[in-house]
Amino acid sequence: MFWNKAMETIGGEDLATLQLKRLKWTLHQTQKVDFYRRRFKEAGVRPEDIRRLDDVERLPFTYKRDLQKGYPFGFFAVPLNKVVRVHTTSGTTGKPTVVGYTRQDLENWSEMIARNIVMVGVGEGDVFQNAVNYGLFTGGLGFHYGAEKVGLTVIPSATGNTRRQIEMIEDFGVTAIHCTPSYALHIAEVAESMGRSLDSLSTGFFGAEPWSESMRRELESRLGVTAFDSYGLSEMYGPGVAFECQEQDGLHIWHDSYLVEIIDPKTGERLSPGERGELVITPLVKEAMPLVRYRTGDITMLMEDRCACGRGQKIARITGRSDDMLVIRGINVFPSQIEHVLMSLPEVGEQFMVYIDRVKHLDEMTIEVEMSRAAFSGELQDLARMQKKIAGELHNTLGLRTTVRLVEPGSLPRFEGKAKRVVDRRGGI
Amino acid sequence: MENPYIIKQISIFSENRPGRLAAIAEALKGAEINIFAFSIAEADGFGVVRALVDRPEEAYRALTDLGFRVSFTEVVGVKMRDEPGGLSEIASILGDADINIEYAYAYSGRDAAVLILRVDQVEDAIRQILERGGELLEASRFR
Ligand SMILES: [Zn+2]
Repeated sequence: MFWNKAMETIGGEDLATLQLKRLKWTLHQTQKVDFYRRRFKEAGVRPEDIRRLDDVERLPFTYKRDLQKGYPFGFFAVPLNKVVRVHTTSGTTGKPTVVGYTRQDLENWSEMIARNIVMVGVGEGDVFQNAVNYGLFTGGLGFHYGAEKVGLTVIPSATGNTRRQIEMIEDFGVTAIHCTPSYALHIAEVAESMGRSLDSLSTGFFGAEPWSESMRRELESRLGVTAFDSYGLSEMYGPGVAFECQEQDGLHIWHDSYLVEIIDPKTGERLSPGERGELVITPLVKEAMPLVRYRTGDITMLMEDRCACGRGQKIARITGRSDDMLVIRGINVFPSQIEHVLMSLPEVGEQFMVYIDRVKHLDEMTIEVEMSRAAFSGELQDLARMQKKIAGELHNTLGLRTTVRLVEPGSLPRFEGKAKRVVDRRGGI
Repeated sequence: MENPYIIKQISIFSENRPGRLAAIAEALKGAEINIFAFSIAEADGFGVVRALVDRPEEAYRALTDLGFRVSFTEVVGVKMRDEPGGLSEIASILGDADINIEYAYAYSGRDAAVLILRVDQVEDAIRQILERGGELLEASRFR
């Protein structure tokens, strides 16, 4: 099912032509922003130098810190009276980032949310509970308008008062819900404690924080939904930038609206499909706040250019932040990759630690894992086999030999809040 | 019906670091469990401690409560005649029957030396040893 089949399936030359046309328009738009006029001059490049899509590599990156310096309206390319909405995102430090929308921007954004909703088989007749923060956070209003556009019956429940949320799901016959995965788990827990089974629910849109495949299984079994990953960021309107289709294997990113690059976060070099790196987006239809090569900080990769659903090239689910990247013997490694490998192996538990040492000028990575309760057969050779299998799977994924140490259950540190699983002991160079 | 000659050995995962064996011994002592025999098998960074104890179920519980990974392994105990050739006799019985010995360790019991065997086909091994006149420890001594 498609909301806008032409744009959802556009590819090849047609897509390249459209993207180039829109890229040129975007670059023209950026020249109304002081920051970009200055930045382009410094980089010695003019919008008219960009004649092919690949020329985009000549353009400078835009970082979140740049946007923060533009507080409040420094990145607006239209007069304030054309800005019909403002959202903000709080940074970990300093001033928030302000994002603005023209009427056309809101229309574009709703259109993309509508595509996402219809893509997973939700449509007219569905009752939709939007259990995310409304207000300055983009998730609430963004999804709200997209859902209304599709014609869903929208319940703007926002967050909080979980018992009330559960009553609404049951009393209103809610079929689809949008919330953060952690809030979804909380809803599941409270519903279970109330003895409510939430039978009407069948679809869950989960986003705004990264979540794993094991979390997907848990959400699906406890809430009785099919769970879809939703990716977005306020700088690119909000949620709806990329979304899983019914294949649940990677996220479709809307190429008519976003020019996607994956780069090595350390060198800025562009990477090929299948190589993991930082997602860099140049929006192609943003009017109030055009951006150039925006560094999302999110780690993903471009997937093979085909999907059973007929839509365009997907990106993999986000597996971490570029700030967490390690360089081991020249190879980029993300702790989240290690976590994913370990979580796919029933033999090991969820706890792990990574140690990096420099031995005779060579980086050595040691990974300690606890075996899971059921995995111990009592035989030494099974343990050795398990150790070898874990190292083999890690080698496949990371392209790197590692030392795997099996440790006793309960011996690794447990973390509350953000885990610090990597200990880099290489010191200075 | 359970084979009366299949003995439950406890196998405990342990890291190769100081004090781990002592911690295991301490736990068993605390639960007043007697150890008849034990052996340690080591690999790269970790090992498996194998033990025959008088009350395997309780030993399992005591160690698991302390967070150790423990599992039961089926073994047999063969009484060895205290004379030259005792070991080779058992080995050739099993070899003739195409039964693989995965590992073995010995202890000297009250009346004879006992060889603890982990084999790939335990029921077969018991039948062969008994048919050829060997003497097996009964599992009832270990529960
Ligand atoms: Zn698809």
